[in-house]
Amino acid sequence: MSSVAPVLPDGFVVIVKRECATCQMVDPVLKDIAGLTVYTQDDPTFPESVSAIHDSDLAVSWHNNIDTVPTLIKVVNGKEVDRTFGWLASDWQRITEIPELGTDLPAMRPGCGSMSVDPDIVDKLRAKFTDSPVIARTVEFSDAEDEFEAMYARGWTDGFPVIPPTRERVLRMLTGTTRHPQDVIAIAPPDLVELTVEKIAINAVMAGCLPEYMPWVIAALEAVCNDQFNMHGVLATTMPVGPVIICNGPGTRAIGMNSGINAFGQGNRANNTIGRAVQLTIRNVGGGRPGEVDRATHGNPGKISFCFAEDEVGSPFTSLATERGVPLGQNAVTVFAGEGPRCVVDQLARTPEELTNSFVACLQTVHHPKLVIGFDAILTISPDHGRVFAEAGWSREKLIAELTERSMTPGADLVRGAREMAEGIPPHLRDATLPKFRPGGILLTFAGGGAGLFSSIVAGWANGAIGSDPVTRVVGS
Amino acid sequence: MATGITILDPTNESKPATRHTLSRPTSISGLTIGLLDISKPRGNLFLNRIEELLTERGAKVLRFSKPTFTKPAPVDLRQEIATQCNLVIEALAD
Repeated sequence: MSSVAPVLPDGFVVIVKRECATCQMVDPVLKDIAGLTVYTQDDPTFPESVSAIHDSDLAVSWHNNIDTVPTLIKVVNGKEVDRTFGWLASDWQRITEIPELGTDLPAMRPGCGSMSVDPDIVDKLRAKFTDSPVIARTVEFSDAEDEFEAMYARGWTDGFPVIPPTRERVLRMLTGTTRHPQDVIAIAPPDLVELTVEKIAINAVMAGCLPEYMPWVIAALEAVCNDQFNMHGVLATTMPVGPVIICNGPGTRAIGMNSGINAFGQGNRANNTIGRAVQLTIRNVGGGRPGEVDRATHGNPGKISFCFAEDEVGSPFTSLATERGVPLGQNAVTVFAGEGPRCVVDQLARTPEELTNSFVACLQTVHHPKLVIGFDAILTISPDHGRVFAEAGWSREKLIAELTERSMTPGADLVRGAREMAEGIPPHLRDATLPKFRPGGILLTFAGGGAGLFSSIVAGWANGAIGSDPVTRVVGS
Repeated sequence: MATGITILDPTNESKPATRHTLSRPTSISGLTIGLLDISKPRGNLFLNRIEELLTERGAKVLRFSKPTFTKPAPVDLRQEIATQCNLVIEALAD
């Protein structure tokens, strides 16, 4: 599928197309350049002043990175030594060493886009000419098959339609990362297979990602495929959790992620497709499918995709990534085995203490009011609630310390059988006084729209060595 | 002959890319066999005889027909056949 780059002839080379007015303008001066080879992209009878070679498959244009026509290249011993594009009389005169070249033409005219970078065909050219080590098996559908139905029938989707991962689309997706397509970035559970950048790109295409999302998808998969996060367990558990992906850093804004209105919801391409790409990769490459290794009793809709960015610009707190050791200005993802979000309503609290008490009351209900320490939670504070803490000068550390202190509960109220509920902590803890969460068990984040005195809680799965710990990874290139 | 779209396999490639037909049953006795008339003229005569032969061999026969031979069977009809029959014979006569 690749091709050897054509060697340019020594002397001068010009690449043109008839459709370009600037090319038509320079046509008459081409005959004045000795040792000239002309390649024409569209019409083999153009230019008219000299004969040209038809670059019909655009191989010359593609391999020589022609973005603009006309382009003038000086070639010595088969190597390019100079080039200019469009018409800048002084450049053409300098490169050709013909001072009087085109003196009757305007001094400058911009060129036109090369056909080899036409958005409609650039992907096909990349697929045709790139010596790309894409090695995935191809699957050919018959012309009687609807490819969308066929992909669903093969079990490759999350129930929604997916974009067909053609070679052209996958190669375009791979332009979003500097990683080699065959780099193994993780061992994907549950089948424990080597997860390559190429396979991620295929699933990212299916999920609807743009190429610039690739580093985020790769980082998130690195973050979930390890013993600490325990993706196998997150899949296999009967609890309703999946990887919740929290994105930090300036790159979240560069790729247009949503950290504001409806940050957890629908409508933003980056948020929704990054999370979806991670889940499709686990499904298709890892082999983790509901009813097979995934044994969730109910699951939750976030298992299709649950990914958002922190509003670092608006936040009164240090970011989650900074808290977890990521240097300021770097992009990072933090993955958390979480269920769906639930709302904390407090429209009356005007002091940080009152609001903290409401948070604690709601956080106590995570999974069961009498179960403590064993589950972590994300607490996402909204701008309206955040203002209460900002005005009082509360830092992240202060808020976490207050949440912990105010959640302290006598063991006698938590042990099995207490408060006429069988569920609870073991009886030997009756005399202890316990916080709801272990140290580090509250992942404080800041996101949401500018109106609404609500915050949000995402409860986790069993934490620590028996379950899953949150994992943070820096996003690479 | 596949002439449709070609895509790259998103899976770990541990399963074959092409799907194979199921193995043939060793006996049709006791099985439910659907006869799908595609609604070409006189298809019913052909299928009547097939039904006789299958019934003689101990099969239970259910009859289905497509609304029109010009279009694929509707999803509901395919679903009905899939849930009620062990085997299906699609018959064309003209």
